[in-house]
Amino acid sequence: MEHIISVTVENKFGVLSRVAGLFSGRGFNIESLSVAPTLDPSMSQMTIVTSGDERIIEQIVKQLNKLIDVIKVVDLNETEFVSRETAIIKVHTKDVDRAEALRIVDIFRANVIDSTPTTYTIEVSGDPKKIEAIINLLQPLGIKELVRTGRVAVAREPVRQAAVQAKKIARE
Amino acid sequence: MKLTGAEIFIECLKREGVKTLFALPGGVVLKIFDTLHQQKDVEVILTRHEQGAGHMAEGYAKATGKAGVCLVTSGPGMTNVITALADAYMDSVPVVCFSGQVPTSLIGNDAFQEADNIGLSRPCTKYNFLVKDVNDLAGTIKEAFYIATTGRPGPVLVDIPKDVSMAKADFTYPNSVSIRGYNPTVEGNKWQIKQAAEAIMKAKKPILYVGGGVVFSGASQELIELAEMTQIPVDMTLMGLGAFPGEHPLSMGMLGMHGTYQANMAMHYSDLVIAIGARFDDRVTGKVSEFCPHAKVIHVDIDPTSIRKNIHVDIPIVGDCRTVLRELNQILRATVNGEQKDLRKPWWDQIRDWQQAHPLTYHQEKDGPIKPQQVVKRLYELTKDRDPIVATDVGQHQMWAAQYFKLAKPNRWLTSGGLGTMGFGFPAAMGAQAAFRDRLVLCIAGDGSIQMNMQEMATAVLSKLPVKIIILNNGFHGMVRQWQDLFYEGRYASSNLGTTPDFVKLAEAYGAVGLRVKKVGDLDAVLKEAIATDKPVIVDVPTYPYENCYPMIPAGGCNHEMILEDPPELKMKQSGGAKVTPEDKDTVLTA
Ligand SMILES: Cc1cc2nc3c(=O)[nH]c(=O)nc-3n(C[C@H](O)[C@H](O)[C@H](O)COP(=O)(O)OP(=O)(O)OC[C@H]3O[C@@H](n4cnc5c(N)ncnc54)[C@H](O)[C@@H]3O)c2cc1C
Ligand SMILES: Cc1ncc(C[n+]2csc(CCOP(=O)(O)OP(=O)(O)O)c2C)c(N)n1
Ligand SMILES: [Mg+2]
Repeated sequence: MEHIISVTVENKFGVLSRVAGLFSGRGFNIESLSVAPTLDPSMSQMTIVTSGDERIIEQIVKQLNKLIDVIKVVDLNETEFVSRETAIIKVHTKDVDRAEALRIVDIFRANVIDSTPTTYTIEVSGDPKKIEAIINLLQPLGIKELVRTGRVAVAREPVRQAAVQAKKIARE
Repeated sequence: MKLTGAEIFIECLKREGVKTLFALPGGVVLKIFDTLHQQKDVEVILTRHEQGAGHMAEGYAKATGKAGVCLVTSGPGMTNVITALADAYMDSVPVVCFSGQVPTSLIGNDAFQEADNIGLSRPCTKYNFLVKDVNDLAGTIKEAFYIATTGRPGPVLVDIPKDVSMAKADFTYPNSVSIRGYNPTVEGNKWQIKQAAEAIMKAKKPILYVGGGVVFSGASQELIELAEMTQIPVDMTLMGLGAFPGEHPLSMGMLGMHGTYQANMAMHYSDLVIAIGARFDDRVTGKVSEFCPHAKVIHVDIDPTSIRKNIHVDIPIVGDCRTVLRELNQILRATVNGEQKDLRKPWWDQIRDWQQAHPLTYHQEKDGPIKPQQVVKRLYELTKDRDPIVATDVGQHQMWAAQYFKLAKPNRWLTSGGLGTMGFGFPAAMGAQAAFRDRLVLCIAGDGSIQMNMQEMATAVLSKLPVKIIILNNGFHGMVRQWQDLFYEGRYASSNLGTTPDFVKLAEAYGAVGLRVKKVGDLDAVLKEAIATDKPVIVDVPTYPYENCYPMIPAGGCNHEMILEDPPELKMKQSGGAKVTPEDKDTVLTA
């Protein structure tokens, strides 16, 4: 089963290779991995999409925790979470296709971020299903280039707790 | 006053209580060696190969329980020490290895003798550091020792570029370390420990399965108390030998692939496995799906990844063996009474039956070829009063050493289990001897393995490390030959060593002492002579080339299905009934 694991790590030299080396050395799967600094510049946040049975996921979480540069590991599948991915897609657009391309962009609430007489560069965000769908629709027009960020995700704030928090803030 | 990086390095070693450094110089570490040369607090043992330095650090660490330290140069020095680091990583040995690196300005330029030390060592170290600024050196070394020796111990590498060893900085040594991503759990969960105690009280057929973790945490006393109080038999892994006294009536000896019959049967038929500091290696579990089919499993381990890695666990307890056992014993002390003894009487009857049915056996004819088991047995009997430290290489001789040398205490057993590194024994023995100059240190070696680090004899002679090497010389990569006889229809592909040096002359060539046992009747006299010699000694013992090590569970087999003796066709072949190839005859003659 697919799992999204959120890993907080030290923001320093070589940490990415320790994490990547762990996955390759132990034969764990990485479907995607994204990493960027957090609000606290001494830490980075990684989002790893992986898959495996329960035993493998347990080992992945434990092995990640064992890495000395890893500060916190959360298997997001254990809670509610929201996830997003961005894709940038460069499509060929001959005269007749330009209108069709724009219609698709509109339907998916995507944006055209660059344009030439023969291409559109389209940016789209969403869950992986949405990205797959727009790619499928654009494919007949001719996709010249495609880049995807891989997923990022955060746990949902539990609703009750969020309500209490909101009240507290309102009171202050 | 400002110190150079090299001076800071030495000050740090002193603060960490390091008295011995196993090392071999080279261009980028010359400044450090030059500084070492001008002081007396840290002794430098000059090895002949960096692998030797690494294994010596391991032997030192296993015998003392403290970190062993080695120092190597960049490039080939680093690649040479990798085997030892990988060995230490697999067997959880606290080693701190310092490597030289090209100057920071040249890193990445394919400079002379440059290697990516961090990249090379990443998969075989617990952690590694590249020190880019001399101001970070002291703090890094402190962290390196802390990481190597706490939690699940392991090797740590500190890579020091040449310019960092020459640059100057103020020296302050931190008192403590705090790493936010590294906080080993020492105390076990109290509720889980209570669960464990209840399971132990109820079990009819419990077994203790103890490993290297008991040795690292110094929990032998607690283990003995637990076993005696509850009258539970004790199985030891290869790495756990010595954690529980080998001659104790509750000791079942080693379990696993070459474990004793009773140890494996007791494990297979138990209803409660109490695993303490052991990691369910495949040499122990055999076929995982049929491992301990009737048992509940309690697993105490400081490393959460060890738990449920290979087998299902019912009561996991993450924590230090000693701390957890103390707590567990305290609960049990209040509850244990005579009832358990009655409850377990049938279990003990069964175990005694197993013990009597198939004890470890071999047959030594009075005038026949020397049997390797006989050598280990006599060596044990002749030295046990001196509480020796015993190192082994890897192969059949290692297994016979494990079976017949019954260690009474922990930290006396130096062997390579996880990686199974031939050539480990001799340098490891030297490392232990360097730590304990007055103790008797033995190395039970194979004629194949010893040749992998023979060059260290020069180090032993130079540094006056009077290790006694006993070579069980069977003319073969015996362990390989055994598998070929059992599973490859006796085709000896590259297992016949063909030619072996005259080990007596070889010892003498190095300035050590060489002795040979010519017939079994001379065994005791020669061993005694070796033990009484105050120099490194090689005792060459030509042994019967076709002896096989039993019991044996074939790889992937079930624990209760052991091969206990040579199958009939093999017996035929050995008694001359079957065709013997000319190649084989040669070996019989030369061995
Ligand atoms: C030729 C050959 C044959 C072999 N045959 C056998 C055999 O028949 N039987 C056998 O047993 N082995 C055999 N081995 C060795 C085997 O490969 C493994 O190395 C061995 O079984 C592992 O021992 P262990 O489980 O005690 O683990 P170790 O490698 O000693 O690991 C120790 C465990 O304890 C934990 N630990 C460390 N410190 C602490 C602490 N303070 N508190 C709590 N836990 C701690 C660690 O996290 C780890 O899980 C053989 C090896 C070779 C080379
Ligand atoms: C470095 C290394 N290479 C290869 C092996 C595979 N191997 C395991 S045991 C063995 C034979 C060891 O021969 P010897 O030292 O003579 O011991 P014996 O089995 O004859 O007692 C070999 C080649 C190994 N364990 N280590
Ligand atoms: Mg041999």
